[in-house]
Amino acid sequence: MKAINIIETAYRATVEEQDDTIVWLTHAMIGAGAELDVLLRGNAVNYGVKGQDASGLRFGAVSQTQPPKLAEDVAKLIGKGVDVYIIEEDVAERGIEASSLIDGLKTVSRSGVAELISGYDHAWHW
Amino acid sequence: MGEKKTLTFAIMDPPFESARATTALRLMHVAASRGYDINVFAYEGAVGLPFTKQSGHANAVHGHDADEEDHPLPHKWVAALMEEARKNGGKIDWVNCGLCVDERGVAEAVEGVRRGTPGDLWKMASASDNTLVIPTK
Repeated sequence: MKAINIIETAYRATVEEQDDTIVWLTHAMIGAGAELDVLLRGNAVNYGVKGQDASGLRFGAVSQTQPPKLAEDVAKLIGKGVDVYIIEEDVAERGIEASSLIDGLKTVSRSGVAELISGYDHAWHW
Repeated sequence: MGEKKTLTFAIMDPPFESARATTALRLMHVAASRGYDINVFAYEGAVGLPFTKQSGHANAVHGHDADEEDHPLPHKWVAALMEEARKNGGKIDWVNCGLCVDERGVAEAVEGVRRGTPGDLWKMASASDNTLVIPTK
């Protein structure tokens, strides 16, 4: 069985969890033997942007020492052989330059999403 | 420092769900650092923010043991905010909606958090310079 995680809800609890929960879930399931790919859509396309810096959070004397590193986490998925797709129109609408994206992302147009998903047994939309 | 203000925050989001809870705490931190008096009415899921049984954990995906992961725990953030307010001459009166606490079984809260009712929100807002509502979505 092969499934694709479609991540659309972006930056949800990423500070407190120190990662994106579905990117993390994908890593963990792959570690357990799952065959998973990822599609970033909507605001989640920003996960592919290099140079994000979420450091510096502090409440009184308590500082966060391990802020989320979302682009690195996505890059690590690619490094594990996961196909990570990104919707090109969502990237363009947000003014994200191709040069600011991490290497290895695969672009797909909105009109190509249905065909992409048809290649999987399951599509999980988060 | 300018004139001392009293601000009330009404918040609804639980820990580990959205960025709104963190944003609310960051706003409180600014007020606490200025020595303002802060009232908080935690409603619904927000009553879980000061719950002291939250615990950190190792994270195999990150390759961290529990110490390295240093997982953020909102109850420690709340305690730190209270200390920050005290240090700067202010205070935080944090009221957890009691019925919301009962529903969720999260009665163990950091020192300084008290149990209350929606009437407390009305009283706090009435005695404040302004009130900010950060609802759940």
